Amino acid sequence: MTTWIFRRLIQAIFVVLAMTVIVFIGVNVIGDPVEILISPQADQAERARAVIALGLDRPLWEQYGRFLWNAVQGDLGKSFVFNEPALRLIAQRMPATMELAVTAVLLSIVLGIPLGLYAGLKPNSFAGRSIMAGSIFGFSLPSFWVGLMLIMVFAVQLGWLPSTGRGQTATLFGVQWSFLTRDGLAHMLMPALNLSLGNIALVLRLTRAGVRENMPMDYVKFARAKGLSPVRVVFVHVMKNITIPIVTVIGLEFGSTVAFAVVTESVFAWPGMGKLIIDSINVLDRPVIVAYLMMIVFLFITINLLVDLLYTVLDPRVRLESRE
Amino acid sequence: MLERKGEWMMLKALAGAGMALLLGASLAAAQSVTMAMSSAPTSVDPHYHTFAPNETLGVHIYDRLIERDPLNNLIPGLALSWKLIDDSTWELKLRQGVKFHDGSEFTAADVAYTFARVPTVVNSPGSFSIYTKTVVAMETPDPYTVRMKTNGIYPLLPVDLSNVFIIPKNLGPNPATEDFNSGKNAAGTGAFRLTAYKQGERVELERNDAWWGPKPHWQHLTIRIIPNDGARTAALLAGDVQLIEFVPTADAARLRADKRVALSEIASLRLIYLWLDRSRSGPTPFITGPNGEALTSNPLNDKRVRQALTMAINRPAIVERVMEGAAYPIGQFVDKGTWGHVPGLLPPGTDVAKAKALLAEAGFPQGFRITLHGPNDRYVNDGKIIQAVGQMWSRIGVQTTVDAITWPNYISRANKQDFSAYLLGWGFGEATNPLRSLVYTYSPPKGWGAVNRGRYSNPAFDGLVDRLMTTADDAAREGLVREATSLAMEDVALIPLHLQKNIWAMRAGLSFVARADEDTRVMELRPTP
Repeated sequence: MTTWIFRRLIQAIFVVLAMTVIVFIGVNVIGDPVEILISPQADQAERARAVIALGLDRPLWEQYGRFLWNAVQGDLGKSFVFNEPALRLIAQRMPATMELAVTAVLLSIVLGIPLGLYAGLKPNSFAGRSIMAGSIFGFSLPSFWVGLMLIMVFAVQLGWLPSTGRGQTATLFGVQWSFLTRDGLAHMLMPALNLSLGNIALVLRLTRAGVRENMPMDYVKFARAKGLSPVRVVFVHVMKNITIPIVTVIGLEFGSTVAFAVVTESVFAWPGMGKLIIDSINVLDRPVIVAYLMMIVFLFITINLLVDLLYTVLDPRVRLESRE
Repeated sequence: MLERKGEWMMLKALAGAGMALLLGASLAAAQSVTMAMSSAPTSVDPHYHTFAPNETLGVHIYDRLIERDPLNNLIPGLALSWKLIDDSTWELKLRQGVKFHDGSEFTAADVAYTFARVPTVVNSPGSFSIYTKTVVAMETPDPYTVRMKTNGIYPLLPVDLSNVFIIPKNLGPNPATEDFNSGKNAAGTGAFRLTAYKQGERVELERNDAWWGPKPHWQHLTIRIIPNDGARTAALLAGDVQLIEFVPTADAARLRADKRVALSEIASLRLIYLWLDRSRSGPTPFITGPNGEALTSNPLNDKRVRQALTMAINRPAIVERVMEGAAYPIGQFVDKGTWGHVPGLLPPGTDVAKAKALLAEAGFPQGFRITLHGPNDRYVNDGKIIQAVGQMWSRIGVQTTVDAITWPNYISRANKQDFSAYLLGWGFGEATNPLRSLVYTYSPPKGWGAVNRGRYSNPAFDGLVDRLMTTADDAAREGLVREATSLAMEDVALIPLHLQKNIWAMRAGLSFVARADEDTRVMELRPTP
């Protein structure tokens, strides 16, 4: 078990290293941050000064070497744009994205699994068919469009919900959270729903497929024959068997929800990390891009790790490293 | 159920508050306003980054010695008057009785302090020293007089001063940029004082009742950052914000018909134009013969070819169809009513036959092939503009391929003279600026021609600019500006297309003064009387 985790960590470090090399070369190929940041009115001398101030006059390998040296000491560099440590910028934005992503994933579980169960148990009922038809919209409609429609209907036409932004926040553990205030929740409802639509559809369809596959199986028949109540058959026996793929997907989807919340964040002007990374890419703010991607890589690796560990809990047959 | 009812009441109350704002009611509670900016300031430090959003935030907190009116004419700010007392000395008389937000009084010492601080900002990605470095020495004979010495005659100093925000000397040596963001150092003399700054999200400001200017209507100002065009418009329609800047052209037509909102617009000082590669005498990378064969020379060095290319463009059609009316066609740098405008210098009329004749005369009876480059995410409708130009060029036999590229990549390539013909925009403060920065020969030691990416060079033109830059008399200088502009246009140094319109939208019942310089000043947002 320990060696297994250790091996995973070594892999992670190599992935991060490869990623930083790609970003350094990539940003360098795309263009020169100074050209984007500097005032168009600046003369040649001022341009040269800015290049030196940002350390971009050095050869690329030297810039990378310095970055690695500082990174080992826990310093991922300062943003070219804000002159603040890249990690601090990301940390400031992270709670907003995290609470949005967690809410979205919770929504996809709370809505997706019951709807999927229903559609799986009563596949030929009108409601079952409607749920399945509706789920197609969930993953086929582009989320920026759905987001704008939600705003148009609930904010502009009906005026029920605030259109954009994060609203009032409250402090918990020294961090600002929206979900602690009523105003913040009202602001979060539409973006969270928008972000979760695709996931709801996915979880729903997975659940339904699992139920449909398992219901005719012998163990279900046997459980019924034993005289167990339908509730127990579905929620204990069937659920246990269909949870593994669902957990895998939810785990992976949580990663991508965090990493790619950017569309929802920009439509709803939600001040999260996604907006930060897009802005940073637009101005080639390399320290922020690198730090953000490093964080996302670690996030994915951690989630994968957790999912693998969860397997062993959910399915006793799965043994990591199979005790060789 | 009761719980839910409470929620409803709450939402209704919120909606009600929005309505009250919308009606511009004079209730004390209604005197707060929210404005949405299209991109985020990078800092509250007024000297950190020469970046338009920072300026928009800055004008609310800080003042400058010289301000600009909506048409971009210079007006008194913290300085009441300015004049040349000899060829290299400007004397400014300062406003008396002005207080900084920290309570200290504004005097000449603060001006000296600010000018000393500007070049020392750490890690600035775009330093304000471009506006202060012409001042080689400063004297403060009394607390309300400043004398600035320049190297020889420098007539543009007042224009430069209208870019530099003044901060109090009380901040001490080397005030840190972070301390401005935290609010500790953010003391100006401006109409509002900073109460909270959340990078990339919102800025909260309170009215400074001691401000020397006309009292702003709003007690409390929230600036929100909503870069997405659709979301910004929706926030206005929903009543969450009362004023938005940079209304997208696609929405402008619809908003004009909407009774809930009003628009305010003006010709900007942002010129959209095309560069033609003049850096090469040999072949230029994106031009080939009519059948794709390599050429031995650069056709763009022939004035007749350049004239044919500008003549082929139907500017009114681009403005009407592509820009949906949100621009003004132009054949020079500045619009009517702006200092330096050449009366009667219109864009060349569209004349396909004459353009073809000119091409034939230049030795290209069959035309040639060219790739026209442009950004697709920088200027209003940039990608569509180059498509339209491409079609118009094809009509005179110049077979045009259009290539739109994302800005970060595009601008780096444009700076390396990678393209043959390409679109750029240029925002400027006054009419001598494009002459000096865009068209003047690229000369690094002098700092002129810094953005002359096409590398146009004309000694006769340079001579005129050298002369006008050492002419102190405004009228004589304007004459030279006109002469130089006419020369550049006649020689097709670049191809001007149009000036963008600046459009703001606000809730009905409010009025806002549109500004040529793109600054959004909430001081100028008031209930319609």
